[in-house]
Amino acid sequence: MLEVCNVSKDYGPFHAVRDLSFTAAAGEIVGFLGPNGAGKTTTMRLITGYLPPTRGEVKVDGLVVRTNALEAKRRIGYLPEVPPVYPELTVNEYLNFCARLRRVPSRQRQDAVARACQRTALNDVRHRVIGHLSKGFRQRVGIAQAILHEPQLLVLDEPTAGLDPRQILETRQLIRELAGQHTVIISTHILSEAAATCERVVIINRGALVAVDSPENLTHRLKSTDTIELQVRGPQPAITALLGAIEGVLKAEFSHLRQEVGTWQLEVANAGVREEVARRIVGSGWGLLELRPIDLSLEEIFLSLTANQPEGQVEAPPPAADAEKGVQL
Amino acid sequence: MSGMFAVMRKEWKTYLITPAAYVVVALFAFVSAFFFYNMLAVFVMQSLNGGFGGGNLNVDVQVLQPLMFDIGITLLFLLPMVTMRQYAEEANSGTMELLKTAPIRRMDVILGKFFAALGLLIVLLIITGFYVGVVAHYGAPDLRAAAISLLGLLLLGGAFLAIGLLISSFTKSQVVAGVITFVLFLVLWIADWPVAYSSGTAAHVIGYLSVTSHLQNFTQGILDLKDVIFYLSLIVAGLFLTARRMELAE
Repeated sequence: MLEVCNVSKDYGPFHAVRDLSFTAAAGEIVGFLGPNGAGKTTTMRLITGYLPPTRGEVKVDGLVVRTNALEAKRRIGYLPEVPPVYPELTVNEYLNFCARLRRVPSRQRQDAVARACQRTALNDVRHRVIGHLSKGFRQRVGIAQAILHEPQLLVLDEPTAGLDPRQILETRQLIRELAGQHTVIISTHILSEAAATCERVVIINRGALVAVDSPENLTHRLKSTDTIELQVRGPQPAITALLGAIEGVLKAEFSHLRQEVGTWQLEVANAGVREEVARRIVGSGWGLLELRPIDLSLEEIFLSLTANQPEGQVEAPPPAADAEKGVQL
Repeated sequence: MSGMFAVMRKEWKTYLITPAAYVVVALFAFVSAFFFYNMLAVFVMQSLNGGFGGGNLNVDVQVLQPLMFDIGITLLFLLPMVTMRQYAEEANSGTMELLKTAPIRRMDVILGKFFAALGLLIVLLIITGFYVGVVAHYGAPDLRAAAISLLGLLLLGGAFLAIGLLISSFTKSQVVAGVITFVLFLVLWIADWPVAYSSGTAAHVIGYLSVTSHLQNFTQGILDLKDVIFYLSLIVAGLFLTARRMELAE
């Protein structure tokens, strides 16, 4: 459905995207993952024909976007990072305009707008001016605009950015519903986002491809061991000693104590060890309050992936990942 | 083509629901009416005096010709307000991504915006036509000359709109676009001044670019192909360069 073949985009001496190749099959949801400034938005713009690539080709449904722009663009729905809405128009007026731009035949236009509003739950605000709507609604108007003409390829640039948790869940649900009928490309810098919706993840850094795999495989491939976090009420040295003695526990580390509850981090050889850990703690009469596996964060996956890369592909440690952590603090 | 009409419709919708177009039409109506009323009042006064002296009074020369010329100046002031937002706003609000990823041609967007603005200009010229109607009701102006004047204003305004659209495509800031457009219009308006004191080639070349001297022929009822071609080439150049500019911005 979508083929990105050795695409590069230069801005003068700056290489925003370099020699990027990946594909997406029909009906697949592909997550496009990378830290801020990795070239995600640029790649989305190259796919949708907003920018021409400096080298390489993007093909949608076999059509080269650069040379067969009109036909290729008909097959694409695109939600840019900022929803491209006109604040002075009502939702209905705006979607009608988009339907005209997308060359939806006039007889089907009303149906197309109604269907898009239905799917994005916009019916209640159809006759309100977009400028008066909340960020979440505007984002949905942006999605409605992208799915209006039933495109074969749907490109969503950070569709959940800036939404509240409930809206994020609704948007993810919507995206899952859209899959199957559309090939969906979603860019995000949050791994859990990709894990929640995508079948396959493309990770890029500094404009270059780092990895392509399913989210499960990525986390799996990267950790030879599992990490679990444990909260226990009880005497700290005794617990540490006990944990260290359990077979299969490679490393037991006490992390901190809060209100008489200690937190430990364990590295275990396999998931089965968790049962043994629970049994032994409860058997010793201590209070087991929490036991949970810790997934690798994007930062960790990202760091471990880029650390294994040969020289030249990544020239410097990724400052963006650190910066992102800094923002979250 | 359908893309062009979609853009044009949307621009018109925006004119109808945002204040900018109303402000332009209202200011134009006010200023042009002021010009018209004053010229007419002076003419009426002279006519009354002329009854005694037997002067040579001509409603075309004394009312309509200067009126049309002053309306050209009014357009110079007002049309930058129409064109300054056209591309700058799209670039600023991110809606350019919608237009550029839609299955329409670059020219569809440019022509859609241009003809939408031209529609607004025609509204202004209809208001101007009303003044001609008033004069025709009470007197006998040269209607052919008045029609040619209106055509001249349409061409002048169209040239302003095409140039304004081009300038708007260079910036995300409406203010910057507006100021540059206005100053450039002003330069085009006064470009024939050097002809008054210099007979050099440079002065004549610059003078030829003056939109004023070409408008003068129209207001006098002279339909010269050379003037029509002058304005049309400004329009075509403006639109073509806008298309090139959009292409290079990628």
